[in-house]
Amino acid sequence: MWPWLLLTPGLLWLLGLYVLPLLGLVPLSLSEPLSRFGLDTVFRGRVANYTEVLQAYGPILVRSFSFATIATAAGLVLAYPLAFAIRFRGGRWQPLLIGLVVLPSLSSFLVRAIAWTSLLGDNGPVLALVQSLGLTDGLNGLGVLRDGRLLNTPAAVIIGLTNNLLPFLVLPLVVAMQRIDPRLLEAAADLHAGPLRSFARVVWPLSLPGLGAGLLLSLIPAAGDVVNPRFLGGPNDRMIANAIENLLLVQLQAPRAAALTLVLMALITVAVVLQLRGRGLQELPLP
Amino acid sequence: MNRVGRLLLGVWSGLAYGLLYAPVVVTVLFSFNAPRGRFNLVWQGFTLENWRHPLRDGALTEAFLTSLALAVASALLAVLLGGLMALALSRARVRGGRWIELLLALPLTNPEIVLATALLTLFVGLDLPRGPLTLLLSHSLFCLSYAALTLKARLAGFDPTLELAAQDLGAPPLAAFRRVTLPLLAPGLLAATLLSFSLSFDDYVVSSFTAGETLTLPLYLAGAFQREISPQIQVLSTLVLLVSALILVLASQPRQRRPG
Repeated sequence: MWPWLLLTPGLLWLLGLYVLPLLGLVPLSLSEPLSRFGLDTVFRGRVANYTEVLQAYGPILVRSFSFATIATAAGLVLAYPLAFAIRFRGGRWQPLLIGLVVLPSLSSFLVRAIAWTSLLGDNGPVLALVQSLGLTDGLNGLGVLRDGRLLNTPAAVIIGLTNNLLPFLVLPLVVAMQRIDPRLLEAAADLHAGPLRSFARVVWPLSLPGLGAGLLLSLIPAAGDVVNPRFLGGPNDRMIANAIENLLLVQLQAPRAAALTLVLMALITVAVVLQLRGRGLQELPLP
Repeated sequence: MNRVGRLLLGVWSGLAYGLLYAPVVVTVLFSFNAPRGRFNLVWQGFTLENWRHPLRDGALTEAFLTSLALAVASALLAVLLGGLMALALSRARVRGGRWIELLLALPLTNPEIVLATALLTLFVGLDLPRGPLTLLLSHSLFCLSYAALTLKARLAGFDPTLELAAQDLGAPPLAAFRRVTLPLLAPGLLAATLLSFSLSFDDYVVSSFTAGETLTLPLYLAGAFQREISPQIQVLSTLVLLVSALILVLASQPRQRRPG
């Protein structure tokens, strides 16, 4: 009896504020707005909402997942060696090095976006560096810069995203690598495995759970990000969450916003199920 | 690993820290800038003027205090609800417990925009005016999952026979809870509260949907992009960062004493 007494308040919260409104999106996504001036709707069984939003926002969906994938890949190139260095070369500084990874994520996304605006702006140090290295034309050609500018480009959005997701890649990797018994590496060395071979046969396979958790924790928030595309990207770099926000708050098209939200959720659920197959949630880096 | 490899690894790790800290360094630096015009985004010259009265921007300070109050309330509520759930799930055999854990983990797999849309349409449907109450409901909800799962992991980590021993020695269950479980759980409670606090304090997406006229700090900052980025924003952000760093150092102390 007593466990249910303890569970009930929390369950009420989850059911009332999460399950119920989420399920409510389904009938809403099949409705029509009552007027152009409010969020009231009437249910009409209108499946066309889905085909319409897929048609109108398909490219933005693709863009969102591309930006998120590029940012995660860039993040991984930095995060994996960093996690490796923290775990195997950090020594007694390990807790400090981990704390230093966490600290920047305690400053708000908005504050960081403001800082990137300075850094990537026309008078900022990044463009000055690019110019002094004579890379402007090359980066223009590659599409990284747009007319010699960095702010309001996809590159700026991806830089912002990469900065945001880096800790979420590093921490699960460090946790997974901390579980690797150093004696395994000694054993590999005793058996005449070189450093590359013992990395490939010991460290890499044992770090994969952390990699999986890190990918989930980075890709999902990145694909649904609002702040970076809005403040660092141009009008053509908006991502899917911006589109949903616009549909709901500006155009007052609640049914289409609901349909698009459910499409996004479905896509992400597929990714999550693929990743979590049988593995459970033990790899989430909770404090 | 040879010396070249070690050097490369060090340089590469430095690059990673560089990307992490670039916006932090810029924020701190620009709190000492003397801007021209309304946007403190281009370096002009060093000044201490902005630090003479750190909280002189009234609207900014008010948004900051709103966020502070909201984050404290949301964190306490989430830790209370989540802590009770964690206790029940880890100390009793609950039928369907696995499903409840799944339900707790599900919100973590949604991008915030999904939750924001769902909550706004719920509040519109209920005709609940958007404001402090809807903010508290929304924030305590997304903190709840983190708090419950954190505490459940901590409870699973220590020996339940300690509680049984206390009961064998004649302590009634509540006394055993108060004298044994609670002190052991204290670091976990602190961690869950701090995590929930920072999630709520930094939240932008859900807040922008459920705040109505209420201005939290992230909502104020989003507006500042169009209006005015005064150096007081960087001053306040630097202060918040200093306090965060302090809390991070203090909170990580007890953990180092544990073996392994």
